[in-house]
Amino acid sequence: MQLTGAQIIWECLVREGVDVVFGYPGGAILHAYDALTQYTDRIHHVLVRHEQGASHMADGYARATSKVGVCVATSGPGATNLITGLATAMMDSSPIVAITGQVPVDAIGSDAFQETDVTGATLPVTKHNYLVTDVAELAYTIKEAFYIARTGRPGPVLIDIPKDVQKALTEFIYPEENIVLPGYQPPSSANDDQLAAMVELIHNSERPVILAGHGVTMSGANAEVQELAERLQIPIAQTLLGKGCVPEEHPMVIGWMGMHGDAAVNHAIQEADLLIAAGMRFDDRVTGNLKTYSPYSKKIHIDIDPSELNKNVPTDVPVAGDLRTVLAQLLPKLERRQHPEWLNLIRDRQEDANERDILHHDTGDKLITAQVINDLWKHTNGNAITVSDVGQHQMLEAQYYPHQRPNTLLTSGGLGTMGFGFPAAIGAKFGKPDEEVWAVVGDGGFQMTLCELATAKQENINVNIAIINNNFLGMVRQWQELFYDKRYQSTPMFSPDFCKLADAYDIPSMRVTSRDQMAESVEFARNIDGPVLIEYVVEKEEMVYPMVPAGADLHDMKRRPKPGESA
Amino acid sequence: MTDRDIQTKQGKMTIVALVENKAGVLNRVASLFRRRAFNVDSLTVGRTHKPHVSRMTIVVDGGVENPYKVAAHLKKLVNVIDVRVLNDIPHVSRDLLLVKVRVDGSERSNGVTSICERYPAKIIDIGPYVAIVEMSGTEELVEKFLKALEPFEIVELVRTGVVAMGRGTRIQDTEFEPPAPLKNVTSTHKSVV
Repeated sequence: MQLTGAQIIWECLVREGVDVVFGYPGGAILHAYDALTQYTDRIHHVLVRHEQGASHMADGYARATSKVGVCVATSGPGATNLITGLATAMMDSSPIVAITGQVPVDAIGSDAFQETDVTGATLPVTKHNYLVTDVAELAYTIKEAFYIARTGRPGPVLIDIPKDVQKALTEFIYPEENIVLPGYQPPSSANDDQLAAMVELIHNSERPVILAGHGVTMSGANAEVQELAERLQIPIAQTLLGKGCVPEEHPMVIGWMGMHGDAAVNHAIQEADLLIAAGMRFDDRVTGNLKTYSPYSKKIHIDIDPSELNKNVPTDVPVAGDLRTVLAQLLPKLERRQHPEWLNLIRDRQEDANERDILHHDTGDKLITAQVINDLWKHTNGNAITVSDVGQHQMLEAQYYPHQRPNTLLTSGGLGTMGFGFPAAIGAKFGKPDEEVWAVVGDGGFQMTLCELATAKQENINVNIAIINNNFLGMVRQWQELFYDKRYQSTPMFSPDFCKLADAYDIPSMRVTSRDQMAESVEFARNIDGPVLIEYVVEKEEMVYPMVPAGADLHDMKRRPKPGESA
Repeated sequence: MTDRDIQTKQGKMTIVALVENKAGVLNRVASLFRRRAFNVDSLTVGRTHKPHVSRMTIVVDGGVENPYKVAAHLKKLVNVIDVRVLNDIPHVSRDLLLVKVRVDGSERSNGVTSICERYPAKIIDIGPYVAIVEMSGTEELVEKFLKALEPFEIVELVRTGVVAMGRGTRIQDTEFEPPAPLKNVTSTHKSVV
């Protein structure tokens, strides 16, 4: 069957199981859009308002579903606008395929209109990328791109397709054989030596901690990690992206780690005699000062990406493998163990943290973010998919909205991309139409991608937007308060009247200024089929505690004083 | 030897990578080194006896870089087929040098000739004023030869950087063949590296 390159793109996408793409047309991708006309019964195209939104939507879709998200853009500025989204997906190992138009093959290198070296520009922010210069390669390349995006350590893959390649005709043969790449064989299992070494360390440990990261869910090892924790009574500490990989209400889950993580967890890591790092990568926000990080512990590190082993933290037993496979090998070799003293020590510290919790402080009539998030949790029965942006509200979401299921907290962890939350929530809702989806965003981050309000309205997508408005770039202000003598340079922020703005897009909205409106606001959002915007006007100068200052030792946390204590 | 022993070990470390002979692969490797701030002493690349495979020899300073970390990141590139740290095994290495020296006057020309006799060096071009000398050997021998030439005036110099190979039956090769759909494609952008 003779097909054009443009038709082959959609034929391949259909075969990869893609039913929604996020994109924006333009000159160099027009052939592809023209061919899309024949595929609209199988593929729904979401017209975004800025290509960055398309990349975040594909990312949100991928994180919510564990399937590959797809975004489409034209050459030049269209493609460069994707870069922030690609970098975000790269840092958080999110599988997306980006398809970009390119100027015709003969024009490449001539500085043609809307020409950018997109494969060059995206090289450091993609897992792999392609420039397809012959239509005969196209089908195989697309199949390979999806394979690379979703296997091993997932990540973004970009395919740059010149306009004349989209137009060219070729015999369409979909490659039925499995992709075999000589330089790409993700590792799978542990060897006997590694298993024996792990068993010995785990059996001999008195103060073990499991560090559970994003890889737990990506590998589908949730049940295995829970089993490991239950059988040997090992507490589980989660990373930001690992939250919910084992239900947070599970008795072995002690909380989350790092800069704004639970104090009891950070202390446990520092005092542990064994860390079992499972699908996490010892990011600096998790370790603090590497020189003093968990000094008494032996370390087991299981990750599918061999380059992560011994990268930041020297490891006693590094295992390059698929976490689920490795744990399935390991579990039958392990005996039951108890660590009552260790667990009691951690629980005592959790009691202490509870006393410091701002929810137990008298905050008068003021609306504070922790309450907003906690009430949101209560009124959504802790069961929504929340997509947070970046900043104070993101950290408070992680602290006050416990997640019981994997893939229900979606947030830009590694890159910390402001503007991610709202478009990613749209993408997540397309992936999980039956779930309640909330974008929890700050006034700063929301304004970076608020143009997607039009997309949400055009699609009538049922996403609830909770804007936590403190008229500040809150997290930067917190750093200025603590480390720059309260010189609030460029952090106080004018914002539009968000409700009027919603009105302009014909989106229902509500402004919440006191706590007794919380239940009503959630109910209001739930009863509307389509996008809803709720503005929560909160205290201007809140602090997120605990806090490990950047580069400080993990146990050196700034804490909120207990009631009655002075700061 | 474990990774951590290496971190404190001084000396140059040689890494050999087999890569797919595709457009942009050298750029991917160079971009990786720049991005991760790996300190590269030399990098050479060329075709092999298999048209779809190229081979790179990379030398890093073992006192600054952990070569196993460099190797792990290299291996992560999709187009990189196989990576080995050659210091783990007996191997031979060669650096090729072309050096143009002044040979005007009999004292200079006799001096250069006699040095060349003591090294595996050849004069491959000579005129009344300058000669081009070719020499190949280990990096250390090349350095030594250059030291010997110092009293004469070096006016131009080029080195290829080190290429290396494991000794005996330590064969670094790949069974890789390009997949059938791509085998007969004549891409406009196909070239070495």
